[in-house]
Amino acid sequence: MRKRSGEKILNTQKQARQNPGGPEPAAPIIRIRDLVFRRGNKTILDGISLDIQRGSIVALMGPSGAGKTTLLQLISGQLQPDEGSVEVNGRQVSAMSDRELFRFRRHIGVLLQNGALFTDLTVYENIATPVREHTDLPEPLIRRLVMTKLNTVGLGGTEELMPYELSGGMARRVALARAVVLDPLIMLYDEPMTGLDPIAVSTVRTLMRETNDALGLTSLVVTHNVVQMSKLVDYCYIIASAKIAGEGSPEELAHSPDPGIDQFVNGKVDGPIAFHYVPAGPAWSLLN
Amino acid sequence: MSSVIKQQNFTGPIQEAGRCLLFLLRMIAGLRPKLEQLLSIMQQTYLIGARSLVIIMICGFFVGMVLSLQAINALEQFGASDQVSLLVGKSLFRELGPVLTALLFAGRAGTSITAEIGLMRATSQIDAMELMAIDPIQRVALPRFMAGLISVPLLTAMFNALAILGSVVFAIGVMGLDAGIFWSKLQTGVYFGKDFLGGVYKSILFGGIVSLVAVFFGYTAKPTGAGVGTATTNTVVLSSVLVLIFDFIMTSFLS
Repeated sequence: MRKRSGEKILNTQKQARQNPGGPEPAAPIIRIRDLVFRRGNKTILDGISLDIQRGSIVALMGPSGAGKTTLLQLISGQLQPDEGSVEVNGRQVSAMSDRELFRFRRHIGVLLQNGALFTDLTVYENIATPVREHTDLPEPLIRRLVMTKLNTVGLGGTEELMPYELSGGMARRVALARAVVLDPLIMLYDEPMTGLDPIAVSTVRTLMRETNDALGLTSLVVTHNVVQMSKLVDYCYIIASAKIAGEGSPEELAHSPDPGIDQFVNGKVDGPIAFHYVPAGPAWSLLN
Repeated sequence: MSSVIKQQNFTGPIQEAGRCLLFLLRMIAGLRPKLEQLLSIMQQTYLIGARSLVIIMICGFFVGMVLSLQAINALEQFGASDQVSLLVGKSLFRELGPVLTALLFAGRAGTSITAEIGLMRATSQIDAMELMAIDPIQRVALPRFMAGLISVPLLTAMFNALAILGSVVFAIGVMGLDAGIFWSKLQTGVYFGKDFLGGVYKSILFGGIVSLVAVFFGYTAKPTGAGVGTATTNTVVLSSVLVLIFDFIMTSFLS
């Protein structure tokens, strides 16, 4: 009985991937139209529209505070847009009830900036937690699933370690194993390489590519690391001043004549992207 | 402008109380007859309750001794020092046991609950749960709340037992009172329903208050070091004040 209900959930995921009754396979898996999001008087995102195709790895780049993580939170339903729509796999995220949102989140994996491992649980328990929560799989099957994912990220043998015993790169890889343990449709990465050494960066980057291709995922990566992303992603969006400042493949953006893109990609101080924080409301001046 | 500030000052605590009540209802709605939840509650009862046992026992013992000392000093003036066990027993079971245990529990376990949940918020562990479609209220807050609710009455019983022991050591062992009189006065003067059960009801209520305040402040703490620090302080201050207010309300109802 228990095994059957576990199989049912895994089959549901398979059907969702095959997309029966949903939009056509060619349709983008994430479709955002005229998205506006404000915090108080400050407009964080202003009229953002973008499409993310199935199976691709797409980067959301831009300077710090540009609203990249906010966009990720709008896609995962943590925030509600003020205007516009966010559509994931043919469904409006903002129109979902709490229960629907929880069901929807079973099909997305999220890797947060610091990994966000549960500090009171071992590596094994961290990865097993979503499996236990959403399936009735028997313990031997859970163990096999967890160990497979742990080996995939190259951390077999660390299952009994606590999160504080892991290095930053190892913790990020455990978090990746946890995020993909239920084979999600979409992976959302929030600054996955921040604070890692060059070897760990290459390891995580390779894992992201391999995981995406092997599991047939769609990945959205929030980052401001231009160099690392150019080696990983298929397509980039640059967000600056609350709008899409540019888009294209990493090669196209590297040779873009647009002064804003040129400033961001080549790390120039002078350009249209402001260095100073612009507060909401009337402009601040030395004279008032 | 000032009227807006005044209005906010007035409505702020009411809104906070409303949010806290909704939080409590969400926790209660999350109760399930599941083995995993029961194990989680048992684990938290050990971490929160059993680990508070030593401090509760030490404090209980010395409270019993000091109560006896003060009572004997006062009663000796009227030649009634043999009534010390009656005075100690009634004041302990009715008031001091539940109140002091709740205050100690707020300082020892309440702060640890708030800091732990606040730190989980600051390190995005709560966000990670929500993103994994796991209800953090059901998984993090509920087991700690239930553990507090279970632990405080049991800790109060231990506090009372050790306080009586402290009283025995001082009154009989040090002051040389007659042991037979001591125990017979305690047995005949302290009533099971009015005194003992009254204290039990209070300790259940206080356990609920301290645990609710602790989990709520931890869950709603700002995700910064200062935010967690403020939430921890607020837990001790507010739960202590609420315990004393509700002690008066309960006492007036029970008597």
